[in-house]
Amino acid sequence: MSDQVILRVATKIIVPTILLFALYVQFHGDFGPGGGFQAGVISAAAFILYALVFGLQRTHRVLPTWAVRTCASIGVLLYGGVGLLTMFMGGAFLDYNVLAHDPEHGQHYGILLVELGVMTTVFGVMVAIFYFFAARGRQDL
Amino acid sequence: MRILGLYNYWFFIFLMMVGFYILISRRNLVKKILGLNIFQTSVFIFYISMGKISGGTAPILIEGAEGVVYSNPLPHVLILTAIVVGVSTTAVALAIVVRMKEAYGTIEGDEITALDNENPF
Amino acid sequence: MGALLDFALLAFLATTALAVVRTTKLFAATMLAGIYSLLSAGLFTVMDAVDVAFTEAAVGAGISTVLFLATLALVGSKVKTPQLRIRDISAKVPARRPVFPLVVVLITGAILIYGTLDMPPYGDPDNPIHQHVAPRYLEESEHEIGIPNVVTSVLASYRGFDTFGETTVVFTAAIGVMILLSAMRRKDRFGEERWGEENVPDLYHGYVTTFWLDQDGRMKGEPEGPEEQGGEP
Repeated sequence: MSDQVILRVATKIIVPTILLFALYVQFHGDFGPGGGFQAGVISAAAFILYALVFGLQRTHRVLPTWAVRTCASIGVLLYGGVGLLTMFMGGAFLDYNVLAHDPEHGQHYGILLVELGVMTTVFGVMVAIFYFFAARGRQDL
Repeated sequence: MRILGLYNYWFFIFLMMVGFYILISRRNLVKKILGLNIFQTSVFIFYISMGKISGGTAPILIEGAEGVVYSNPLPHVLILTAIVVGVSTTAVALAIVVRMKEAYGTIEGDEITALDNENPF
Repeated sequence: MGALLDFALLAFLATTALAVVRTTKLFAATMLAGIYSLLSAGLFTVMDAVDVAFTEAAVGAGISTVLFLATLALVGSKVKTPQLRIRDISAKVPARRPVFPLVVVLITGAILIYGTLDMPPYGDPDNPIHQHVAPRYLEESEHEIGIPNVVTSVLASYRGFDTFGETTVVFTAAIGVMILLSAMRRKDRFGEERWGEENVPDLYHGYVTTFWLDQDGRMKGEPEGPEEQGGEP
């Protein structure tokens, strides 16, 4: 669809805005509606829009499949890693109070890391599922 | 929601039953999954409606305000998880439908059953 | 005004759901399901569930619709058999109307409605659901965690195990789809067959690589033009 001028130009303007909004939703999830899941889905939607307009091959060049798989795995590892880190620092599994000098700051750090892990996993999973569906049956991908 | 009282639960049960009817009575596999989606979303609406407090507001704490009534945040958390699990289930179900189409050549349930009965292996 | 909005949302929800039952074009049914998700997101906002509305709008009206459309591109988008008559393609059974699903649905609905007769009235602050854990979360979240969004604090801190399980479920869905759909029936770029009967692409070498520049300053990995077939890289 990249021969349509309006779609091409509009997508080039909109995709960075969507990614910026996804980061906003992720980091302001503490102060308003938002959080990891919503941010992951919105950032995946940006890449899916790019793939719909510019084709799957160009999207594979921008975001290859190994990167998407790595994102999906790193999110879960980050979440579990935070849990193990709190265990090493003396608390229970996923007890954020021990992460910093002060329980409240520890909770802030813990929630920040955990939501980052959730966003990364959801982003990787949604883009990966879209890649698998879109590439099925095509001989050149 | 003031005009409905207890009847709104019945309305959401009606929506659930519409989704359930699509799931069990239609033969096309993709239509069944659409019915499952509608069923799931109606269950979410039913569950969230139990957490609403009249005159309440969204459960985001307002700085320095006293006596504000917040709606119950616990159903929101559970349904947030349920929505994401629901889309995961839908993705795997659609992948199975794609494979069934490639294996049988059709996605109508009765034709698949007939093909299975002809070649039972 | 509020009652009008609620009534309009509920009426459109019912209309959309009934339209999905009746339609035979799957493309229209997919779009109607997306509209259903969006209307339910509006209903969630009316019921003060802003995080849930956000997620439902993004996931239900966004990702789910895209997945259904991708599936329809692969399997075809018309419902073949007539919906009201069971017509078996090889056996000789008489045609009959599907009253049995309707009876099952009516009985299930009746049982559920009988179950709701014990439920407390909608919106009452003295409901049992608001008595045990939720007031503690709302009151203690400010001191113990200190972030304004109580849903995030409950999701990430008080109920962190559930969120961990959910992240793992999402990851498992990706693995499931990968197992089902990633084996493509072709040879990879080097003409080799991998993994037995099906040709599974080698994901590190089989795809177009990311941006590299070779000696002439051209991007490697771009599809070559016809005049460069068999030339040196």
